[in-house]
Amino acid sequence: AYRTDEGQPWVLPVVKKVKQLIANDNSLNHEYLPILGLPEFRANASRIALGDDSPAIKENRVGSVQSLGGTGALRIGAEFLRRWYNGNNNTATPVYVSAPSWENHNSVFMDAGFKDIRTYHYWDAAKRGLDLQGLLNDMENAPEFSIFILHACAHNPTGTDPSPEQWKQIAAVMKRRSLFPFFDSAYQGFASGSLDKDAWAVRFFVSEGFELFCAQSFSKNFGLYNERVGNLTVVGKDADNVQRVLSQMEKIVRTTWSNPPSQGARIVATTLSSPQLFDEWKGNVKTMADRVLLMRSELRSRLEALGTPGTWNHITEQIGMFSFTGLNPKQVEFMVKEKHIYLLASGRINMCGLTTKNLDYVAKSIHEAVTKIQ
Amino acid sequence: SSWWSHVEMGPPDPILGVTEAFKRDTNSKKMNLGVGAYRDDNGKPYVLNCVRKAEAMIASKKMDKEYLPIAGLADFTRAAAELALGENSEVIKSGRYVTVQGISGTGSLRIGANFLQRFFKASRDVYLPKPSWGNHTPIFRDAGMQLQAYRYYDPKTCSLDFSGAMDDISKIPEKSIILLHACAHNPTGVDPRQEQWKELAATVKKRNLLVYFDMAYQGFASGDINRDAWAVRHFIEQGINIILSQSFAKNMGLYGERAGAFTVICKDAEEAKRVESQLKILIRPMYSNPPVNGARIASMILNTPDLRKEWLVEVKGMADRIISMRNQLVSNLKKEGSSHNWQHITDQIGMFCFTGLKPEQVERLMKEFSIYMTKDGRISVAGVSSGNVGYLAHAIHQVTK
Repeated sequence: AYRTDEGQPWVLPVVKKVKQLIANDNSLNHEYLPILGLPEFRANASRIALGDDSPAIKENRVGSVQSLGGTGALRIGAEFLRRWYNGNNNTATPVYVSAPSWENHNSVFMDAGFKDIRTYHYWDAAKRGLDLQGLLNDMENAPEFSIFILHACAHNPTGTDPSPEQWKQIAAVMKRRSLFPFFDSAYQGFASGSLDKDAWAVRFFVSEGFELFCAQSFSKNFGLYNERVGNLTVVGKDADNVQRVLSQMEKIVRTTWSNPPSQGARIVATTLSSPQLFDEWKGNVKTMADRVLLMRSELRSRLEALGTPGTWNHITEQIGMFSFTGLNPKQVEFMVKEKHIYLLASGRINMCGLTTKNLDYVAKSIHEAVTKIQ
Repeated sequence: SSWWSHVEMGPPDPILGVTEAFKRDTNSKKMNLGVGAYRDDNGKPYVLNCVRKAEAMIASKKMDKEYLPIAGLADFTRAAAELALGENSEVIKSGRYVTVQGISGTGSLRIGANFLQRFFKASRDVYLPKPSWGNHTPIFRDAGMQLQAYRYYDPKTCSLDFSGAMDDISKIPEKSIILLHACAHNPTGVDPRQEQWKELAATVKKRNLLVYFDMAYQGFASGDINRDAWAVRHFIEQGINIILSQSFAKNMGLYGERAGAFTVICKDAEEAKRVESQLKILIRPMYSNPPVNGARIASMILNTPDLRKEWLVEVKGMADRIISMRNQLVSNLKKEGSSHNWQHITDQIGMFCFTGLKPEQVERLMKEFSIYMTKDGRISVAGVSSGNVGYLAHAIHQVTK
């Protein structure tokens, strides 16, 4: 979760404003939303992901399912794929998750009924970057019609994203091998500070004619974590296909949560449908993204100034909330036990935990860990 | 070509689909007696005063938006359990239970269904009353369970087929799962009397069945939260470790906020901890953690004495209005000159009434009078007001005379 420079959670100013608007609107009540969610939310959420001038939107072949956060969107998509993709109830379709990935990806697809969940090469620990060749090889060798979970931006946990050129190569293989792209977009806007830049990969795949799913989370970029605001965007060949898909997703939603929570969706819908509030939101998002970018560059420059062994450019080349520092488990243990700096055994740190006040301490501690412990 | 060419168009949801058809109708006299959402006497959604107050209190506290724990808001789940079981419950005192926050009633039922699929090895069979809420069957089926039924509603008398129920239940294979509606049976409105509940509890205990209570209307049925929870508490007192799904959609009017809870009563606190850990493992890949808003409101109400008092008055108010509409519907039918026996309308309890109307009659009500209900003849009495009860009686009389 995002933290301010004071180490505090941050309720976005635009969210505070919109909550007030909602509270003052006596015409609003707590009635059930439709099964697929608040219409204004759904349309706006998908528009954010695909872009205002998306050909798919113009051609009316986009569907949306308001979901309980990004997790909920992934789950509805996974349940649908298990029932309807690559045959009927084909639980044997391989599902590929990046190595490493958010650990819940595995559980989501497993609980949705998929029996064959595999990893694809992603993180190259030696060079601390993307193992593109490994990734492309895995795609070449994957059975036709396999499902690939792709991180739209700000890969969790490595912070390492393919470049546009690399995405083009990925898309080419996926098209040739008839692999299904399921994007997980949890950080749009939060990664680079630009909504469009962070959505480039998803939009590219759409422009290449793919049918795809994109699970969106508004937890981070709206700071609405506990309201559970998410959206599953469905891009299909044509409107008719999308309609049928949505009707089946409705059935899945009905037995999972019946209809989604209204509070968070209202906040997002109100914000996205007002040009003024939308601009204000983009500004808030950029504030968060900029702070993280600043912490990255400050941490890197301190490590380089200290002469900490190794290279530290990956800290600024990686993007989003997380960074794979490259610290090994022993070094991590040192950080946790001796320095009281909490990070995962994988060496992943949450950049949001850095502040101007603790940068020096963290940099020095990393320096100690790397020099003292092999 | 598309990946989805073979995907069939799904049928519209029978219950929520009624509302959608209603919305499209342009007749000014139209009535929506489909979905079970309370309406005031002007036919408008009713936001409870205690809810508005709780919202104002929450807004003034400027709480953050950080993720809730997977099991939900602790103040809420604790209060929900106490509400159902009673504050002096031995179960609460000993801590031999776990309550997790669920996505209203549906989400809570689904967590329970998934939990049973994964951990209840003795049987795949869930016995539902005939009829039951339409969504029960697909929820359990999607969770991987099998559905069976026991007799419940007697269409000849429009009341409980108690001997049929007892007969069927006494033959249910041991260690099967039986689902019971705690109060205000949906869709029939037919509840067992306390004496009948006692016999049901004894039989269920003898057959060693796992009891799953669905309580979506506590307070909303009789107007008294303790009376409506009587069956649940009686079963527990008889030593039956039930599992329970609660909804706060109707009794607090929190429909779209999705406030609910799922409870497992365990042997002891240690078992409860183990069960909780497994429930969390089920929830995480579904939606990670639950939405805060509804739970915060419900918690504020249940845990603030003044608000709780106000809530009890308001929920009684809703229950009383419904009872009054039942009375008025029957008296209006008599005035229309109907010769049928409509006593079941006032005998039944809660939001719904099984009118006894047949599908063709329901169809006529929809087409000729723009009155919408589900095909089984179930009406949501909450959709009836003093302004339209006469029109409803007139229409029903027209299609049944």
